[in-house]
Amino acid sequence: MNLAEGVQIVSFALLAAMMLGAALGVVLLSNIVYSAFLLAGVFISISGIYILLNADFVAAAQVLIYVGAVNVLIIFAIMLVNKREDFAAVPRRWIRKGATALVGLGLFALLATMVLVTPWSIDSTSPAVVENTIVEIGKHFFSDFLLPFEIASVLLLMAMVGAIILARRDLIPESQEPATTPLTLPERPRELASVSNKSSEG
Amino acid sequence: MHLQLEYFLLLAAALFCIGIYGLITSRNAVRVLMCVELLLNAVNLNLMGFSNFLDPTGIKGQVFTIFVITVAAAEAAVGLAIVLAIYRNRETIDMEQFNLLKW
Repeated sequence: MNLAEGVQIVSFALLAAMMLGAALGVVLLSNIVYSAFLLAGVFISISGIYILLNADFVAAAQVLIYVGAVNVLIIFAIMLVNKREDFAAVPRRWIRKGATALVGLGLFALLATMVLVTPWSIDSTSPAVVENTIVEIGKHFFSDFLLPFEIASVLLLMAMVGAIILARRDLIPESQEPATTPLTLPERPRELASVSNKSSEG
Repeated sequence: MHLQLEYFLLLAAALFCIGIYGLITSRNAVRVLMCVELLLNAVNLNLMGFSNFLDPTGIKGQVFTIFVITVAAAEAAVGLAIVLAIYRNRETIDMEQFNLLKW
């Protein structure tokens, strides 16, 4: 990284503030659509931090996969299940929230103490930065990480098939009343009822 | 004043704790999945920091991060499919009512 020290510090501080603010927004905001878009902000900030860490390929992969795929998937899921429901109040819920906040703060204190106390063995002798990270990562993928690389492709295939099977609707063949409008797929009766209600209202 | 390894580790720890808090307290099932993504990103940040500061020549941490991103994408797809299936069956996405296997 050829940036000056001050530029690095300032950009790190900006990215960290953006990331923590957006992450708190993801957790605390009540509207879940805002949470989904703030999650994209978290991912983009993390990608900027990766660039500060001399990892250009992983930063690009972070933007492509997380912002481009995972976040879009989450937004589609929100649109598919977006039912404005007021959750029934659970008694003594504030105790749970307080206990969880306490546990989170305690965990952070523990981790921070560990990070600050441990003497990390960093060799300060002019770190030889890898010039072309893509070539280096490719060498790793096709030499010593070849088996995990191949297994990852099998895992992606399994995830794709599993997601399709889990999210597929159960179609029922050729049944009950033909009173519905044409061009609608035959589905389970409950969903048919809701669809016909909506079309009659609209 | 350099960028130290400790800054990145502290940032990752803070992100992880925020993710834990959201994972336990949120009641919307989709928000729980988003918090899982936050946790995985915090771990990725740790790996990248160690890769840059302790192993700058053979960047194995970046390879690990790419594997974690792959598994996270698969997890998001399957998790959202499960949320859709539960929503079709139970007509709700409230985590407090997903208690069929509770006792």
